[in-house]
Amino acid sequence: MTPFRLLDAAAVPLDEANIDTDQLAPGRFLMRPVFAELLLHDRRFERDGTPRRDFVLNDPAYAGAEIIVSRRNFGVGSSREFAVLALPAAGFRCVIAVSFGDIFYNNCLQNGVLPVVLEEPAVDALLQALRAYPGLHVSVDLPSQTVAASNCGPYPFSINAVRKRCFLEGLDDIALTDRHSEPIAAFEANYYRAFPWLT
Amino acid sequence: MQPKTLVDKIWARHAVSVLEGSDTLLYVDRCLLHEGFWWNVVDALRARNLAIRRPSNIIACADHFVPTTDRSSGHAGIADERRRELILRLENEGRDLGVQVIGMMDPRQGILHVVAPETGITQPGMVIVGSDSHTSTHGALGAIAFGIGTSEATHVLATQTLWQARPRTMRITVDGRLAPNATAKDLILTIIARLGISGGAGRFVEYAGPAIEALSIDERLTVCNMSIEMGARAGLVAPDEKTFAYLAGRPNAPNGADWERALAYWQTLRSDEGARFDQEARIDGSAVGPMATWGTSLDQTIAIDQPIPDPAIESDPSRRHAQERSLAYMGLHPGDRLCDVPIDYVFIGSCTNGRLDDLREAAEVVRGRHSAVPAFVSPGSRAVKRAAEAEGLDRVFVDAGFEWRDSGCSMCAGANGDSLQPGQRCAATSNRNFPGRQGPGSRTHVMSPASAAASAIAGRIASAHRLKTPA
Ligand code: SF4
Repeated sequence: MTPFRLLDAAAVPLDEANIDTDQLAPGRFLMRPVFAELLLHDRRFERDGTPRRDFVLNDPAYAGAEIIVSRRNFGVGSSREFAVLALPAAGFRCVIAVSFGDIFYNNCLQNGVLPVVLEEPAVDALLQALRAYPGLHVSVDLPSQTVAASNCGPYPFSINAVRKRCFLEGLDDIALTDRHSEPIAAFEANYYRAFPWLT
Repeated sequence: MQPKTLVDKIWARHAVSVLEGSDTLLYVDRCLLHEGFWWNVVDALRARNLAIRRPSNIIACADHFVPTTDRSSGHAGIADERRRELILRLENEGRDLGVQVIGMMDPRQGILHVVAPETGITQPGMVIVGSDSHTSTHGALGAIAFGIGTSEATHVLATQTLWQARPRTMRITVDGRLAPNATAKDLILTIIARLGISGGAGRFVEYAGPAIEALSIDERLTVCNMSIEMGARAGLVAPDEKTFAYLAGRPNAPNGADWERALAYWQTLRSDEGARFDQEARIDGSAVGPMATWGTSLDQTIAIDQPIPDPAIESDPSRRHAQERSLAYMGLHPGDRLCDVPIDYVFIGSCTNGRLDDLREAAEVVRGRHSAVPAFVSPGSRAVKRAAEAEGLDRVFVDAGFEWRDSGCSMCAGANGDSLQPGQRCAATSNRNFPGRQGPGSRTHVMSPASAAASAIAGRIASAHRLKTPA
């Protein structure tokens, strides 16, 4: 995993609630490796593959954005990790939203995509600023756990301490567990003595 | 000693170590994988040169891509090459790696969340994870069960553990008893409509109260299955005599002296009197009636005889916006009554409602009648299919003009190619009404098997007790 400290980048305002995993990564694309056009594919493209002009992710004013700002329940739905993997494939490293689907949030943590939960008024202000000034940079500072953009913020956000350290060090769970592997064997010996039918 | 919740008890029994007072390295009893994500997990293991720590605790089952017609032709009957390849990867690699494989032609095959309970793989007190969000289903037997992504699944296979933050708990108490015209599906739809799609956000939800105790195991599986649709991590019901009777004699359940030991342990698995939950909610079970979704998220659910709400009177702007988008997508208007909405298709099946109880419920409604629209039944497993056929339910459905298909996820998400055409409207017993869920442009109304069956007969959304008796 690439370490994540400070991200200062253009952001795209996706002013909708319930951007679900079926929209983020439609089911029919889950049989092949992730590709750049996967993210929100059916929102971004017509059935014949031409980009939908009216969808904000296709607006050239937001080209090169690395951050998505959205509303409630971002990533609600299935456990498909493609819904997260589609983000870096399309150049995004951070999503700011009012709330996230639970599994999606965890999947972000596994893949170096920072999920940031902000209060509704802060999201309102960011969305408004991004619409008024397309291309505006939003800065996400993990060490200080704040988000700011020109005269918006800084808004504090919370993140679990262990997760924060993993992001800062670029450590994923397997690397983390490697540091804690001895107790597992001891646990198992005791556990299967108590519950022999579970072996 | 401080009273504990059921979740706390199971959690504590599985905690290998705790970091900084919060993150737990949680021991996992069983990990469930399907062919849709098997290949991602195996590729990730290979890329890091990791072995599977306890292969026999891993279950690999083909359900998402399997065809629901022409099963007798075997793998050759799978039209799409990539789907065939991914099913074969699960079967062949699974066998090579020593995991428990339930392949496409296995007599036990079915949807993971139907197969694991009915074979006794799912047991009280377990921690079960799966590469599928509806893994919450297994909580119905008194287990902590939840969906994870493929990175987390890779971690589980390599270490048999998972890092998890301390669980936040919630109890939903359902008072009273369900009315005769209300099903477990109507109950969970009512709960989600009441609490909202983030009403259980990140919580481990214990369902309790007399209406829950009165449910059969199949019905509890339906309720726990949809916990995820209100944002919950997991849902569970404390195991009781029904649970133990359900498990007795199942192939993977303990037997002999082990059964006695297991039973003694399972009987301790309930929330203590006075245990504190982070959140509590109460629902009046006797007020539940036939429900269906009208929009594209699970909180957009109303009683079938109710008019569709008018966004103009919704005060929350973001909810109003969501309602407007849903109405446009679904091609509906405020004030339309759901029971006047014509449908194009009916799908009965899925991990929510593909069990024997569900098929009986639907068969009862269609018996002696005829479907007005194309409709099919995909039993949740081959075992369910055999049991239904033994009761003659297949004849009831076929005589009513339904197709009687093979088992798999099928048109729940269309991953196997069973999809609707753009704009088609479907009464479905599955669990999600998201845009495009049943194929690009598809419109899904989620409801109970009884209501889906009634809708097939009426050719429009209907509840069973409002159907005219057949001539
Ligand atoms: S039936 Fe539907 S919800 Fe259930 S596991 Fe299959 S695709 Fe997922």
